[in-house]
Amino acid sequence: MKALEFTPPPLSPAAEALRAEVRAFLAETMTPAMRRDKSGTLGGVNPEFSRKMASRGWLGMTWPKQYGGHERSALERYVVLEEMLAAGAPINAHYIADRQSGPLILRFGTEQQRMTLLPRIAGGECYVCIGMSEPGSGSDLASVRTRATETPDGFCINGRKIWTSYVQHSHYILLLCKTGPLDESNRSAGFSQFLVDPKTPGITVTPVLNLSGEHHFNEVVFDDVLVPRDALIGELHNGWQQLSSELALERSGPDRFLAAFKLLREMTRVVGQNPSERAAIEIGRVISHILVLRRMSRSIAGMIESGKGAPALQGAIVKDLGTTLEQELPELARKLFDIEPSPGSDDALEAVLANIIMHAPSFSIRGGTREILRSTIARGLGLR
Amino acid sequence: MSDIQSMLSDAITRLLTDYCTKEVVLASEKGVWASDLWTALTEAGVTTALAPEDQGGCGLDLAAALRLAGCAAGFTAPIPLGEHYLACAILAGVGITHSDGPLTIAPSNLRDQLVLKRAGTQWHLTGTARRVPWARHCNGVVVSASFEGKDMVALVVPAGYTVREGANIGGEPRDTLCFDATLPEDAVAPAASGSGRFEQHALGAALRSVQMASVLAHTLDITVQYGQDRVQFGRALTKFQAVQHNLAVLASQSAAGNAAADIALDSLQPGIDFFNIAAAKVRSGEAASIGAGLAHQVHGAIGMTLEYELNLSTRRLWSWRDEFGNEAEWAAYVGRKVAAAGADELWSTITSAGLSNVVSDRSEIGENRT
Repeated sequence: MKALEFTPPPLSPAAEALRAEVRAFLAETMTPAMRRDKSGTLGGVNPEFSRKMASRGWLGMTWPKQYGGHERSALERYVVLEEMLAAGAPINAHYIADRQSGPLILRFGTEQQRMTLLPRIAGGECYVCIGMSEPGSGSDLASVRTRATETPDGFCINGRKIWTSYVQHSHYILLLCKTGPLDESNRSAGFSQFLVDPKTPGITVTPVLNLSGEHHFNEVVFDDVLVPRDALIGELHNGWQQLSSELALERSGPDRFLAAFKLLREMTRVVGQNPSERAAIEIGRVISHILVLRRMSRSIAGMIESGKGAPALQGAIVKDLGTTLEQELPELARKLFDIEPSPGSDDALEAVLANIIMHAPSFSIRGGTREILRSTIARGLGLR
Repeated sequence: MSDIQSMLSDAITRLLTDYCTKEVVLASEKGVWASDLWTALTEAGVTTALAPEDQGGCGLDLAAALRLAGCAAGFTAPIPLGEHYLACAILAGVGITHSDGPLTIAPSNLRDQLVLKRAGTQWHLTGTARRVPWARHCNGVVVSASFEGKDMVALVVPAGYTVREGANIGGEPRDTLCFDATLPEDAVAPAASGSGRFEQHALGAALRSVQMASVLAHTLDITVQYGQDRVQFGRALTKFQAVQHNLAVLASQSAAGNAAADIALDSLQPGIDFFNIAAAKVRSGEAASIGAGLAHQVHGAIGMTLEYELNLSTRRLWSWRDEFGNEAEWAAYVGRKVAAAGADELWSTITSAGLSNVVSDRSEIGENRT
């Protein structure tokens, strides 16, 4: 068996030049309030910030110009993304649309859908959330039961989605629905994807607070919701294949090892410039992991750039390794410092530590659980 | 990979597939020198690959050569190919010529100090170097020594040192050398960039990273194969999800080890990048540790025997991770560099690692280590 291939990331002077531009932008645009913000781990929802990024050409970066994109490389996009994540910039609003919904529409949408939706996403004006999970369907996505039945003018949707993060800020839900007959011998058949306005009559959104008291999650009930024909994205009954490529994109970015970077930065600050040997060893170990993860992650960006698509096996490996490291950080902070995590504290380390502790279990759950990732890797090894 | 590299890699693969049987490797652990193998590799141009073409070599650069050494490590080949390449590269950098190998390098850790004094027109070398790889089978040792506070390089033939034999867990020679050598003028030179004491230490660490990645990849292969072959409760072990997940973690560690090795190999030229090599060694060692444990877990009892091949790999992983600086030593280096740069520069420190690849700050390696 060949060694698991992570082809060396290509050198990209253009990407490094872009990095300097992004840092200058961040220095100008990040306010102290933004730097202190601890909402979630993606810096929070901030439409104004999203629009500013868009005006610099940093949304829809790799899309064709005719759709409002900028035809830049995957490596350049990667640079913008990692700079934003490391700085804790408030990119939640546009994040999903830019990362996966837009590429989905680009790949599978009609020309009309591309012309209508992509420029708005690239303009930082259109935000999308993911409507996949249901109360009865988490990792087992093929058990989804929300159904879209055809009507003369479009579709009628009934069902219930949960965890739908940021519906309250989104212009669309990208909804996975069953459209074909139930067939236990072919569970992934008969799915379709729809772009649905959450303000459509028949939709009820109920907040689900997370354990840190924040409102990210929602439950969304669909009761005879009528949507037009062109709400369908891609082919009828082709939803599963479309979703697979979407998931690979979701798993291959730098966000899979940078979620706790703010914590690492504050730990480094408290450790000081003349650390104890113990602190030096622990911090050094984490940085060593990050350097290697970053190389693997950039390698994936290079693979995407060279047209190989987002590799599922490599993405799963990076995500599993990355989230494992992220989850070690709060425990490391507790080992190194005599500290009590304190939400809302003026002390940056106490506050960030509290925040990360409360979010850390989700790192190995969201976007593909650790168990699913390891099964994906096992499949990639030919074991399943 | 260039054509020459491919050719040499194929030669190594062919020769080692035939030669490096379990019996040969175990025999080497009892002191048998694999002279047939070394001769065959020399005849195939492998051992001389670093030399310029007009001197009978292939003009390979050090990174390419260490990749070949990694290939040999994947076969658990009982020869100091990597150490020999490092020795040759160091000598070439300071203009000292040598005859046939194999050669090795010393010291292999930062605690041992060798000292040079002037003796008329010659030099006198004293000191003890412990755990020198393969020394008893080598035709000479390339040493890093200090002369009046300056780093020097010297080539010492066997007459210049006594050998007390020792071994690592992998059964590889790790000998203690007591130097008492009078050296001619042309066997000693001031260290060039890339051959000072810290540089040699880092080169050794880079070599071990590459070797560990290669052996870990091999370990993954044989463990997956075993899992597919071994049947219990009416099915192959790999049909059990718990085993699948263990193999998935092993594979992820192997992938990380490969990436770390790639980082190390990118950090040798134009100058030695200590920061990146340090990170590579830390990550490789940890990957080796986790990987070895999981490989044994999947294999069950048979993996604990001498007879079954797994131990040839895992005993080397357990050895190499602690050679040329263990994770604690190199992690401390990374951590001190990062802390000194300050928290606000943390992200910049990460993104600029390896970009300029000039000779990094050599100081602080091995500080506070007793």
